[in-house]
Amino acid sequence: MTESTPRSRTLRIPALTRVEGETALHLRIHDGTVLETRLAIYEPPRFFEAFLRGRAHTEPPDLTSRICGICPVAYQMSACRAVEDACGVAVGGQLAALRRLLYCGEWIESQTLHIHLLHAPDFLGHDDVIGLSRAHRGHVERGLRLKQTGNAVVELLGGRAIHPVNVRLGGFHRTPTAAELRPLAVRLRGALDDAWDTVRWVGGFDFPDAECDADFLALAEAGTYAIESGVPTVIRYDEPFTRRTFPLRDFCDHVAEAQVPHSTALHSRLDGRRHLTGSLARWAVSGHLLSPTALEAAREAGLGDPPAPPGAGGTGRGSACRNPYRSILVRAVEVLYAVEEALRIIGAYEPPPHPYVEVPARAGTGHGATEAPRGLLYHRYALDDGGRVTDARLVPPTAQNQGAIEEDLRRIVQSGVDRGEESEAGLTRLCERAVRNHDPCISCSAHFLELDIERTPGSGGPAEG
Amino acid sequence: MTTPDAHPQPAARPRLGVFKFASCDGCQLTLLDCEDELLGIAAELEIAHFAEASSDAAPGPYDLVLVEGSISTPEHLDRIRRVRADSRHLVTIGACATAGGVQALRNHADVDEYLATVYARPDYIATLATSTPVSAHVPVDFELRGCPIDRGQLLEVITAFLAGRRPGIPNHSVCFACKRRGNVCVTVAHGTPCLGPVTHAGCGALCPTYGRGCYGCFGPAGTTNLPALVPLLHRDGMSEEDVGRFLHTFNTAAFAAVEEQGPGVTGAEGAE
Ligand code: SF4
Ligand code: SF4
Repeated sequence: MTESTPRSRTLRIPALTRVEGETALHLRIHDGTVLETRLAIYEPPRFFEAFLRGRAHTEPPDLTSRICGICPVAYQMSACRAVEDACGVAVGGQLAALRRLLYCGEWIESQTLHIHLLHAPDFLGHDDVIGLSRAHRGHVERGLRLKQTGNAVVELLGGRAIHPVNVRLGGFHRTPTAAELRPLAVRLRGALDDAWDTVRWVGGFDFPDAECDADFLALAEAGTYAIESGVPTVIRYDEPFTRRTFPLRDFCDHVAEAQVPHSTALHSRLDGRRHLTGSLARWAVSGHLLSPTALEAAREAGLGDPPAPPGAGGTGRGSACRNPYRSILVRAVEVLYAVEEALRIIGAYEPPPHPYVEVPARAGTGHGATEAPRGLLYHRYALDDGGRVTDARLVPPTAQNQGAIEEDLRRIVQSGVDRGEESEAGLTRLCERAVRNHDPCISCSAHFLELDIERTPGSGGPAEG
Repeated sequence: MTTPDAHPQPAARPRLGVFKFASCDGCQLTLLDCEDELLGIAAELEIAHFAEASSDAAPGPYDLVLVEGSISTPEHLDRIRRVRADSRHLVTIGACATAGGVQALRNHADVDEYLATVYARPDYIATLATSTPVSAHVPVDFELRGCPIDRGQLLEVITAFLAGRRPGIPNHSVCFACKRRGNVCVTVAHGTPCLGPVTHAGCGALCPTYGRGCYGCFGPAGTTNLPALVPLLHRDGMSEEDVGRFLHTFNTAAFAAVEEQGPGVTGAEGAE
C-alpha cells in the first residue's frame, strides 16, 4: 500500500512471510538515505512472566515450552537449568548427555526446517518450499528426511516433537534403554550423508555481500561446542581478538531490556551496544570446538576456519563470519555437527540408575541459559521457600537480535537504494531476506512482516509505488 | 505459486488458508512436520495462504481454513470476522484457538497488572483483557484439540475435508487410549495424579506411556466427571490449590467451564 504527499511517502507492504510469528517493518527514507528501519513486532503479548508467578517450581519447563512451537526444547532446557540452579542441583552424567541428545534433535529439526523450508527458497528464487520442491525436489526431500530424523530424536526422548512431555526438573520422567536408542543411531548414520550434502548444496548458493557490525554473544563451554550450557562470552565487533565472559548470574546487568513504542517485543542491548546471538555468534565463539568432520565440511563449503582463540590450539588462521546471508552455511554445518554429536552420545550411552535427580524446592534465585537454534535463551526465576515462583524473567534470542537485525536492514536497504532499487516488490524482497537471514522467532520475542516505507523524496529521483 | 510449474496441477484444487492469532506456531508447524505427506497435501490442496511457510499469500475465498491461536487483541476481533467471511469451512487447530490457550490464564487476573509486570510502558501495548477461543466470536465448523494438535488427527481432518465427510475424531478420554496402548495406569500403580480420565484423547496417551500423569493438554473430553476425579487427586497428595493449578494451564477456560457445569457432556466436540 502506498501513501504519498508531495514531500514524503509511506510505502506499506503487508506481512513478512516465512518467519515464525508476526512482524511489520517500517522504513524511513529521506533523500535517498535510509534513516530508520524499525521491526515492529505485533505478535500479541502473552504475559508468560506474569502468570508464571505463583506456579510451582516444577511447572516452568512445561509452561514456557508453549512460548515457541519451533524451539520448545530450548525453553524446557533453559527453564530446567534456571530452576535447578535456584534449588542448588546440578544434573550431570548420562542425564546431562541425554539432555544434550534431545537438544541435538531440536537443532537438527529446527535448523533444517529453516534451511530448506524457509531460507533456501530466497537463494533460488522461489516463494516457498512447494515452489522449491518442483524445481529441486531431491534437495527438498533430503531436507524433509533430515528434519524427520531430528524430530525422531525429540520424539523418542520427549514423546513428541512439539512440546515434549518427557522432560522434568532433574532429568526425564523415563529414560530410554540402550536398545531403544539403537534404531535412532541407524537413522542418524544415514543422516550424516544428508547433512554433508546439505552443507555442499548450501555452499553453492550465491551470497550477496553484507557485513553485520554487532557484537557477538554466545555461550562457551570448555572442550565442547556449547549447546545446553556454558558461560556467556562476548566478542566485540571492534575487538575481534578479545573474548570477555561474565557470570550468568550477572546476565541482566549486561543484557538490558528496554521497551520501544513500536513493538510488543522488548529490545535488549549488551552493555549498551548492539549484539547478535545465534549461529554466527556461536561459530565465532566456539567454532574451533566443532568436530573435524564439521570443520572439513565448513572449509569445503567456503566458510573457511573459525577463529582460533589464543592458546586453544587452533589453526591460527580462522576468522569469524559476519555476513548474515552466510548464516545458512553455519546452520548447515551445525546440523552436521548435531548429527555426529547425537551419534557420539548414543554410542557412549549407559542408562542412568534413575531417570531424574530430585530437585527439592528452596527459596532462591536461579539462572539458566542455553543455545536455542536461534541464539542464547536466558531464564531467571525467584522462588519462595515453598518453591512458588515469585518472579520470572525470560530473555529470548530474537529480542536480543532485534537491534542488529534493524541495523542490518538499514544497510541492506541502503545498498539496494544505492543500486537504484525503488520498487515496492524489490524492497520487500530485500527486507524479507535480510530478516530471514536471522531466522527470527517472533513468537518467542513477544512472542510477520508488514513493510511501511516513509520516503521523503530528495534529489534521488521520484519514488514510485 | 508464482513459480513455473513443471507438472501442472488440475486447476480446481480446493484452496487452503492457514491463519495465526495468539499462539506459539506449534500447531501450524505440525502441518510442516507431516514430512511424508507435505508434498502430497500440496498436490491435493492449493496452499493459498500460509504465511509461516510461503511468501505467496493469495486472497480468499478459501475452501478450508485452519485457524491457530486465540483472540487476544482488538485487531484480532476484526481479523477473525474477515477470515470467517473468506472461509467456506473453518477449522480451529489447537488449544489456543479452541479454548483460549495458555494465555487465557489472564482471564481471571488483572491484565493491567500483568501488563505492568512485563512492560515498562503498558500504554504502548494494545491487548484485550481476555484470551478467548475463536468459537466465541464466529461460527466454527470443527475444533481440533491439543497443545499441540496431533499430526495424525490433523491429517484425518484434512482427509475428511477432501472426502467431504466428518472427521473421525473420537471424543473419549485419554484413559481409553491408555488402556488400548496397554499402559500400566500411573494412578493405580504409582499414585501419580493424572488428568487422563477427564482429558480428550488424541495424543495416544503419551504421558502415561512415559510414566507421568496426564496434565490435560488436550482439554476436557466429551463426557467428563471432574467431581469424581478430584478426591483421587487429593488422595494422591494434591492440595486444593494444586488441583486448581493442575486444571488451569493450556486449556484453563475449557476446564473452568467443566468445573462450573459439573459432570456431563461438555459440548467439547467440534460442531459440524
Ligand atoms: S494412567 Fe492416567 S490416562 Fe492412563 S488409565 Fe490411568 S488415569 Fe487413565
Ligand atoms: S497424556 Fe495428557 S498431557 Fe500428556 S500429551 Fe496426552 S493429553 Fe497431553
